[in-house]
Amino acid sequence: MIETLFPNVNWDKMWEATYETLYMTTISTLATFIIGLAIGIVLFLTSPHQMWANKLVYFLTGSLVNIFRSIPFIVLIILLIPFTKLMLGTIRGVNAALPALIIGAAPFYARLVLIALREVDKGVIEAARSMGAKTSTIIMKVLVPESMPALISGITVTAIALVGYTAMAGIIGAGGLGNAAFIDGFQRSRSDVTLMATIIILVIVFIIQFIGDFITNRVDKR
Amino acid sequence: MISLKDIKKIYKTKNGDLTAVNGVDLNIRQGEIFGIIGYSGAGKSTMIRLLNGLEKPSTGTVTINGHEISSSKGAELRAMRQKISMIFQHFNLLWSRTVAENIEFPLEIAGVPKEERKKRVDELIDLVGLFGRGNAYPSQLSGGQKQRVGIARALANNPEVLLCDEATSALDPETTDAILDLLLDINKRLNLTIVLITHEMHVIQKICDRVAVMEAGKVVEMGDVLQVFQSPQQKITKRFVSQVSGEDQTKEAIRELNKSYRSGKLIKITFVGEQTNEPVISQMMKKFPIDANIVHGSIQHTQSGPYGTLIVHLEGGVQDVQAAIQFLTDSNLQAEVVSND
Repeated sequence: MIETLFPNVNWDKMWEATYETLYMTTISTLATFIIGLAIGIVLFLTSPHQMWANKLVYFLTGSLVNIFRSIPFIVLIILLIPFTKLMLGTIRGVNAALPALIIGAAPFYARLVLIALREVDKGVIEAARSMGAKTSTIIMKVLVPESMPALISGITVTAIALVGYTAMAGIIGAGGLGNAAFIDGFQRSRSDVTLMATIIILVIVFIIQFIGDFITNRVDKR
Repeated sequence: MISLKDIKKIYKTKNGDLTAVNGVDLNIRQGEIFGIIGYSGAGKSTMIRLLNGLEKPSTGTVTINGHEISSSKGAELRAMRQKISMIFQHFNLLWSRTVAENIEFPLEIAGVPKEERKKRVDELIDLVGLFGRGNAYPSQLSGGQKQRVGIARALANNPEVLLCDEATSALDPETTDAILDLLLDINKRLNLTIVLITHEMHVIQKICDRVAVMEAGKVVEMGDVLQVFQSPQQKITKRFVSQVSGEDQTKEAIRELNKSYRSGKLIKITFVGEQTNEPVISQMMKKFPIDANIVHGSIQHTQSGPYGTLIVHLEGGVQDVQAAIQFLTDSNLQAEVVSND
């Protein structure tokens, strides 16, 4: 049945491509979470009236985030080719896509982190300060846990955007489902391959959204 | 124990300077409950935050137990804050932590080992009457219970001073009384100095030993609660006192009465402490050929004793009424003729 609907799909290659997409998405999401969180926290703490209020750092970090967020992803990949080559020695394969994916997604996530941290009750931060908490304690034990639902739903949105980015990265040679859909499907006029790749991408997106919603609800005790 | 010397706090704003606290000198004694009352904008929120260094004075010094907190920074300031706890109007609990974990938080900050933390948390949960609720999240608690968690959390590191920032203002009257009783109990049991700010005279009356009245960044009146209740000097203080004496509601009635009585005098008598037990009015009526009609009466209990007001209409000869008022004054009561204003 499936063989008749999708006559041209090479299942071994399709699973390989799925694995590559999952690999790129997972690694880049993890790195984006850490880097985006760090940038978001710096943005928050240096914003006016905060613990490390600093106009210059806030302005520079904010500008950097805005610049990288504004560059279309497909252009960013091309701009980063020399950087990737310098770092990894190649511009082909799944690992070569990672720098562009992370640099593209981390600033976006940093903005979501900033929004999440601004929602943390100021009174709770004041309470922690009144107890003699250090700034690092406030970050680890107040800011991050108290904004966790928003941080999780933010990384869910970012991870789904990253699935889309991996497809674009695939077209210029990173492999994965985007590569399968474009090179094996579109360029060889095998629309069943394109369709199958699309279906798998959809399933991945739905699963990410489901896991994200599930964890968000679990950590939200409000 | 706590002393504020010539404190000024000026905020720079876009619309020029804003003076929140304007030249305050205060001394708060070890073990007392000291109340600061004022309307919003009087500078009391800033005042209480000067006591734990959340705000720094523009000029002047704040000293607690010999340590000058107004000039402390970094690790030294954080160590002092562990001994100066604070509770808040909106409780400010971490929703992401259970009751037990919230109470544990200041102990984590102080670096207490895990075993000891658990033991201390159990003690505190019992102390504030939250037995069995340790694993609940704040969202599952009522306002009064949340404030009990706030108090337990504040007591975790055995503080020397407890600051209460409008701690009962978000609670209903009954819960307010329960929380005030708890604070009083803690004050007596642990000999803890408590400084509270409020806009409710009821809070001052119920638990405070001394009170400072703030208006526009200045302390306009200060003294023992009983004395302030008995003879408030400033207009604003009189307004606060009438909040609890019930005179507010009777003002209208007095005005009407003053119109309807053709003769005689309407007088207000203030009793303090032991005097409330003496049958002064009946003595007065036996002594002088006059009639007395009681218009309004109330007795309030403060930490340093009861205090009462009575509004009486005296009918009789002008001489006799005058003599009766003199008799009341001679009995060490405050008696004043209520005018027609």
